[in-house]
Amino acid sequence: MSMLLRSWQAVAAVILTVLALIRLPMFGDGATTPPGNATLAIVVILALIGAFSALLVSKRQAVAAILFVTAHAGAWLLFSALLGNEGQARAPFFLLIAALWLLAWACVTQLSALRPESREAATLVRLLIPAIFGAWVLILWEAATRGFGIPFILLPPPSAIGARIANSLPVLAADVRQTIFKAVLFGYVVGSGAGFVVAILADRVDFLRRGLLPIGNFVSALPIIGIAPIMVIWFGFDWQSKAAVVIIMTFFPMLVNTVAGLTAAGHMERDLMRTYASNYWQTLFKLRLPAAMPFIFNALKINSTLALIGAIVAEFFGTPIVGMGFRISTEIGRLNLDMVWAEIAVAALAGSVFYGAVALAERATTFWHPSIRGG
Amino acid sequence: MNTVIQADKLNLTFQTNDGPVHALSDIDLAIEKGEFVSLIGPSGCGKTTLLRVIADLEKPTGGTITVNGMTPEEARLKRAYGYVFQAAALFPWRTIADNIALPLEVMGLSGDERRKRISDNLELVDLAGFGKKYPWQLSGGMQQRASIARALAVQPDMLLMDEPFGALDEIVRDHLNEQLLKLWAATQKTVVFVTHSIPEAVFLSTRIVVMSPRPGRVHDVIDCDLGSERPLDIRETPEFLKIAHRVREGLRAGHAYDE
Repeated sequence: MSMLLRSWQAVAAVILTVLALIRLPMFGDGATTPPGNATLAIVVILALIGAFSALLVSKRQAVAAILFVTAHAGAWLLFSALLGNEGQARAPFFLLIAALWLLAWACVTQLSALRPESREAATLVRLLIPAIFGAWVLILWEAATRGFGIPFILLPPPSAIGARIANSLPVLAADVRQTIFKAVLFGYVVGSGAGFVVAILADRVDFLRRGLLPIGNFVSALPIIGIAPIMVIWFGFDWQSKAAVVIIMTFFPMLVNTVAGLTAAGHMERDLMRTYASNYWQTLFKLRLPAAMPFIFNALKINSTLALIGAIVAEFFGTPIVGMGFRISTEIGRLNLDMVWAEIAVAALAGSVFYGAVALAERATTFWHPSIRGG
Repeated sequence: MNTVIQADKLNLTFQTNDGPVHALSDIDLAIEKGEFVSLIGPSGCGKTTLLRVIADLEKPTGGTITVNGMTPEEARLKRAYGYVFQAAALFPWRTIADNIALPLEVMGLSGDERRKRISDNLELVDLAGFGKKYPWQLSGGMQQRASIARALAVQPDMLLMDEPFGALDEIVRDHLNEQLLKLWAATQKTVVFVTHSIPEAVFLSTRIVVMSPRPGRVHDVIDCDLGSERPLDIRETPEFLKIAHRVREGLRAGHAYDE
C-alpha cells in the first residue's frame, strides 16, 4: 500500500493505460495510415516502465531520468502514429497522452524534491522544471489540435507554428528589425529618457510639479494607443510614427514614477545631507536618485511591455509593408493563422528578453533594496 | 574657556493644525568648548528641537543663538558640527567605507585624503575591516558606530548627537557609552548629547541640562564632573547616585502637573 502512495500520478497513469487498452483501437475508420501494433505496444510498455519505476525505484535521480525518457519518448511515438490520421484519434490516444502527461508531472515532482549539491546541477534542475512544464503545454496543445482535428484557422498546432517560424526567418527578422529595433527601442529610450528629465525639472520648478503632474496622472490613465492614426498622419507611414506612439506611451509612466521616487528618500537622510551643506545636485545624485531607483526601474519594466504593445498595435493603422503589426493584420486577412501565431511567438520572445534584460539591470542596480536582497 | 554655543531667550513655535505648539520657550544656554553637555527630559520637552536649532535644521521664531560666534546657518555651511541621528541613516547602496566617504565627497576632498580619513575613523570606532560590508550586513550597534565614524570624518569641532543609542539594547548601549567617552577624551570635541536615559546622561556628561515640556524650557542645569577616568562601575558610587537623584527630581518636578 505504501508503495502505491509514493506517486499517485504513476498509479493514475497505470489506470489510464489499462483503460486505453480496453478501448482500442486508437484511431477511427477514417484513418489513412493506422499505426502497427508494435508502436502501440512500445508506448504502453514505456508508460508502464515509467509508472512502475516511480513506484518501485527509490533513488530520486534515477526515477526522474526514467520518467523523463519514457514520458517524452512515448509522446514522440504517439505523435508519429498520429501523422496522417489527424482528426481520427479516439479515446485511447488521449488516455495514453494523459498517462504520459502524468508521468511527466511525476518527473517534475521528483525534480522539485531534488536538492543537488553542486551549483551547476542546481541550475540545471531549476531550468529543467519550467522547460518540462512548458514542453507539456505544447504537447497537450499539439495533441488536442491534431487529435481532435481542430480547424487550422481556429488554432494551429504548435508544430505548424514552429515550421512556419523556421521557414519564414528572413520575413520575421525584417519585421523584428522594423518594429523592435527601430520603433520600440527608439521610442522606449526617448520616451523614458524624456519622462526622467521632465521629472527632474518638475522637481526643480514648482509650477511644473503642480501643473504637469495632475495632467501626467490623467494622461497615463488614457488609452493612448487611440492616437496612433493621428501619429501616422503627422509622422508618416514609416517607423517614426510608431516611435512617436511609443514615446507618448512611455513618457508619463516614467514621469509619474520618477517624481514619486524622488520623494522616497527619508527625512533623516535629507537632514543628513543638509548637515553636510550639500547642494541640490549633490543631494540629488548621492541620495535622492539612488533612493528613487526602485521606482524608476518599475517604470522601465512597465514601459518595456507598453512599448511593444504600442508599436505593434500602431502598425495596424498604416505602415510600409514590413513590421510585426503589419504582418499580423495582413496575414489574419489572408487566413494565414500560422504566420499570425509565429509573429505572436516572436513578439512574446522579444518581450520576455526585453523585460528580462531590464529586470537583470534592476537586480544589479537595486541589490540593496529589501525586496531584492531578501530581508 | 570660550563659548561655542550661546542661546539667549530662544523661542520656537510650530504652527500645526491643532494650533501653535510652543516647542522652545525662553531658552538661555551657553556651552563651552570641550564640554560634554546632555539634554535630558521627557518626550515633547524640546530637547531634540533645541539640538536641531543648533544644527540649523529648524529656524527659531524668537531670540538669538550663535554657534562658534556665527549664525547656525553659517556654522552649518562651514561644516562646524557632525550630527548623529537616532537611527544610523546609512545609505544601503553604499558600503560602510563609502558611507563614511559621503560627507567627504560632498566637501570635495581628494581620493587620497578620503581613504585616509575612512581608515582612521573606522579604526577609531573599532570597525576596521568592515569597510567593504554593506550597512544591512551589520548589527544595529555596528551601524550606529559607523554613523559616528561618518560624523567624525568631517573633522568637526562639535558633535551633535540625538539619542544615538536609543534604539539599542542595554549591553550594547553600555559598551558604546564607554567607547564614546574614550573618543571624547581622545578628540577633545564639544559634544551636545540628547538622551532620555538618566544613567547615560550622568555617566557621559560634564553638565546636564534638564528640560521640561509644554512649553519646552530649561528646568535645571547640573554640573556633573566625575573625573576623566570613568569605568562603568562608577554608576554604583554615591557621587553618581547623588547626581542621578537630582536629575530625577528635576524631571519629576518639571513633569508634576501632568499627573
